[in-house]
Amino acid sequence: MAIATDNAGVQVPEGFGVIKVADSLGKPRHFAITPSGGIYVKLREPLNGKGILYLRDNDGDGVAESKEGFGDYGGTGMNLDDDFLYASSDETIFRYSLDSNGNVTNPNAPDTLVTGLINRRSHATKSFTLDDQGNVYVNIGAYSNACQEEDRKIGSPAMMPCPILDSAGGIWQFRTDELKQSYHNGKRFATGLRNVVGLDWNHEIKKLFVTQHGRDMLHTLFPEIYDTKTSAMLPSETLYAIEEGDDAGWPYIYYDHIQNKKILAPEYGGDGKKTGGEDVIDPIVAFPGHMAPNALLFYTGKMFPEKYKNGAFIAFHGSWNRAPEEQEGYMVAFVPFANGEPSGEWEIFADGFAGSEKILSPDAANHRPTGLAQGPDGSLYVSDDAGGTLFRIVYQKK
Amino acid sequence: MIAHFLISRSWVRFFFTVIITIYSGGCNSIKKDDKSESQEVLKDTRAKTVSDSEKEIDLPIYMVQGEKLYTQHCLTCHQSNGKGVSGLNPPINNTEYVTGEKDRLLKIIIYGSNVGLVVKGSTYSNAMPAFGALSDLQIANITSYIRSSFGNNAEAITEEEVSAYRANKNN
Repeated sequence: MAIATDNAGVQVPEGFGVIKVADSLGKPRHFAITPSGGIYVKLREPLNGKGILYLRDNDGDGVAESKEGFGDYGGTGMNLDDDFLYASSDETIFRYSLDSNGNVTNPNAPDTLVTGLINRRSHATKSFTLDDQGNVYVNIGAYSNACQEEDRKIGSPAMMPCPILDSAGGIWQFRTDELKQSYHNGKRFATGLRNVVGLDWNHEIKKLFVTQHGRDMLHTLFPEIYDTKTSAMLPSETLYAIEEGDDAGWPYIYYDHIQNKKILAPEYGGDGKKTGGEDVIDPIVAFPGHMAPNALLFYTGKMFPEKYKNGAFIAFHGSWNRAPEEQEGYMVAFVPFANGEPSGEWEIFADGFAGSEKILSPDAANHRPTGLAQGPDGSLYVSDDAGGTLFRIVYQKK
Repeated sequence: MIAHFLISRSWVRFFFTVIITIYSGGCNSIKKDDKSESQEVLKDTRAKTVSDSEKEIDLPIYMVQGEKLYTQHCLTCHQSNGKGVSGLNPPINNTEYVTGEKDRLLKIIIYGSNVGLVVKGSTYSNAMPAFGALSDLQIANITSYIRSSFGNNAEAITEEEVSAYRANKNN
């Protein structure tokens, strides 16, 4: 295995090593790995006209030698099951057929599984995950920061009730075996979620988990309530366990991990202290603000030590809304789980992607973790849409 | 009219070194109408001369006022280096949107923009809020500041130009 010198600059716990699988991939987002180790990567923008890449490592050293492409659209979401590869643009989920070797048989003529999903640019990416009952759960992000009449404008009042929630700001459920679905034959599975980029189905307890990007600009919009330091830390980025019908409270409340409370949003009369959202769910883990949890993966492999089994890895893209304070994130975190619930504090698992300790602006980060996938041998793969790199983290048994 | 003032933070010093070069031939950007505000700033910044004196330099008043306004209203999204945020908030360095036609820049600042601007081949998805509530002078300062910062070197925009832009019913 071609473990990179100095682990390609990524810091991992003792006993782990990092392979640089590929670079120069453009902006890889989510990706999926077949049982035979082929890697399908969704690109945010097509690279040389190809929005999906297929990488193969033929000689087993961990480095991909072959790279093919298809699909002329950009997007973020990607998943696969035994028979199909699924990929999303910002409006549509496409479905490609896989042969027994994991090769796509209809690269230029995919099925349209779900279409017509709202895309108003802001929070338009359609991340999704699959359960084991033939359902797909797709994020339809709110095309707004805080449901103001004029998005992100100082003094613009919030709308009550927030009209965005009818068609966005939640998770919608569709079928994997019906074509050309849209809102009318899907189901709003959960609401009050501003923008979820990471989501995964936990097969151990058969439940959906999602990571939400919390709202921006508390200081910019309400400088009399929040100073820049508070606004850099708040609101929390949140991990939720989702039951059908759940409401996570956006835009009316946000979560504050310092007070451990749901706080009324300032647009809706909040002052940084007043609580709200008595009827909405609490996160199961709350992280510091703006770090952008872009991928969630429950680890089911056999390669890593026992503590990682069934635990959650979360790829944090890294913040921008902390400016003028220092930025944070740019790492992969781990949350230990037992019986489907967090069993300890979250920790940083893989760090150093940014390339320097102090990052004032996200353009200074060499790498920004965006996607996660587990290889057939239990390796953890991490994609990076700033440097265009795909990393593979392996545990080297002593 | 030129403001004399002192800067202590090192990155700002670096920045002003560039500005001095640009404006070494003199600058003409402060208008008579700015008197009261600029005199206040003179007092303000001369006070700094005593408290954190390092070196004294000359630069147009809009660089002082513009930086304050930029920090308050723009920096969180467009960042301290003007490079923005990939996919979300466009860069304002080295782009025609900022350094080109004045009216186009004024339109975006005064009325906002939510069309998914394409800058240097990449699309940016976040809404730019309208800043029309700022005064003509504030908008002149902020636009002049960004047209002369982050490596940009475009002509300042005067308060009169902002007033004229707003008065033109075609805009």
